[in-house]
Amino acid sequence: MSLRVYDLAHCRAGDKGNTSNISVICYDAKDWPFLREVLTPERVLKAFGHIAGGPVRRYELPNLKAFNFVIENALGGGVTVSIAQDIHGKSLSSFMLGIELPEPAT
Amino acid sequence: MRDSIRIGAGAGTSDDRMTPALALAERGALDFLVFECLAERTVARENLARSKDPEKGYTPSLNERLRMVLPACVANRVRIVSNMGAANPLGGARAARREARELGLGELLVAVVLGDDVSSIVSDRPGLKLMENGEPLESILPRMVSANAYLGADVLAEALGTGAPIVLSGRVADPSLFLAPMLHSFGWSASDWPRLAAGTAAGHLLECTAQVTGGCFGYPGKKFVPDLANNGYPFVDAGADGSMVLGKTPGTGGRLDTMTCTEQILYEIHDPTAYITPDCVLDITAIRFTEEAPDRVRVEGAIGYPATDTYKVTIGYRDGYIGEGEVSYGGIDAVARARWAGEIIQERLRARGFTYEDFRVDLIGLSSLHGEPPGANRPEPYEVRLRVAGRTPERKAAHAIGFETRAMHMHGPGGAGGGCEPRVRDVLAVKSVLLPKHLVNTQIVVEGTL
Repeated sequence: MSLRVYDLAHCRAGDKGNTSNISVICYDAKDWPFLREVLTPERVLKAFGHIAGGPVRRYELPNLKAFNFVIENALGGGVTVSIAQDIHGKSLSSFMLGIELPEPAT
Repeated sequence: MRDSIRIGAGAGTSDDRMTPALALAERGALDFLVFECLAERTVARENLARSKDPEKGYTPSLNERLRMVLPACVANRVRIVSNMGAANPLGGARAARREARELGLGELLVAVVLGDDVSSIVSDRPGLKLMENGEPLESILPRMVSANAYLGADVLAEALGTGAPIVLSGRVADPSLFLAPMLHSFGWSASDWPRLAAGTAAGHLLECTAQVTGGCFGYPGKKFVPDLANNGYPFVDAGADGSMVLGKTPGTGGRLDTMTCTEQILYEIHDPTAYITPDCVLDITAIRFTEEAPDRVRVEGAIGYPATDTYKVTIGYRDGYIGEGEVSYGGIDAVARARWAGEIIQERLRARGFTYEDFRVDLIGLSSLHGEPPGANRPEPYEVRLRVAGRTPERKAAHAIGFETRAMHMHGPGGAGGGCEPRVRDVLAVKSVLLPKHLVNTQIVVEGTL
């Protein structure tokens, strides 16, 4: 099994309009620089490519050993008009956790 | 003046669980209990309810919630602050007073916040720009059913100043419901940005109740939540100096710690240096959480900037219908039969001349939540539920989706089971505009006399 976000961090997803925000919070602060290097907005947009149009912005919160990913055009128009089953995209946090990462250099 | 007050969170959405609020009212040693019950589109929905019955239009669960907590709140002198007034705060106040009377609690005063309904103000300004797409408000004005400004803590604090045990509003910013008792109790100035930021951060952490006490959190074998079935609601001990310590109802399950607080402080935040509320602009990048005792977390480091000179206004408008249908397949080639059925349904809807603004075929059990990434090669589940949904301006076209999906029992691939009644719902969409604060007139009305 390759390394996944799940192994290093926990997540929660929220919605505002057609935008999803998903936090990525390290269990251990020492993993934050590694995630900063590999969990780029590009990698996240690529993983979410079949769900969201993007763009993806990444905000860095080193004090909280966290990142906040803001993914635009991700919720089928937004909670009020979406025909998806998960109109809020709350389950997208689990998709973020499943993103595979390159192994860190040892 | 008090040095410290305790404010509890009793609801984080109109459908939130009720019994944890009762536990908090009974055992939480609270001064204030907040019920936050409005999502983006709920005020629009309640406006429609009010147009059918002028006494309706407040949050439908108001009666049941107040009936449950009022005896404990009156006995323990806990004041209630809530946006359950929704589209009819005066009607909500009358309902609250009826509940109190029927419980034998006498004539309770209810202070009502008016002024969030700005539909006539924005109607006169069709050139206002919609924040989502830059189009003028004019483009949706003919279909508008509601326009409500997110009012702030200042007007709620003014309502608390009347001394009424219950304060009811319509649309207000969620954290403002928690900040208001602090403004009222401590007399903070409306430009005391550091304290307003501290109170706003605490309010943001509390506004979704159980989401900061172990709800929406656990993963088996990874993130444990003790006694989740019996989880408790949170409160904040707010100090006059701006100190904030979170706790939760004694004797309940769940967890409150740095991890749950970090997930919730980032919940529904975009730029973490600029979370805009009517009260201030909050920067959470320097926030620190300290676990002072089990289930007690100190929150420090919120930074506040001056509030903007506009209110965000949510415009609700009619936007057609969503139709849905579901049916299940199991066993050999379940997925292939479900896909085949999806194609047949689409072909029949096309043949009947229906078109859709948006349309999707989901396989529940395989791809309904996260889609199917190219090359994912997921193992096929033993059973799968086909879900077909579409949005359209025509009610008949929306109904046809569920109708044709249910017909898979007799007119589709073999072995379809468990089809459901066709579902159709009205779409109440929302968009936003910014309105200069000086155009909005707020007012406090006290319902009832002693």
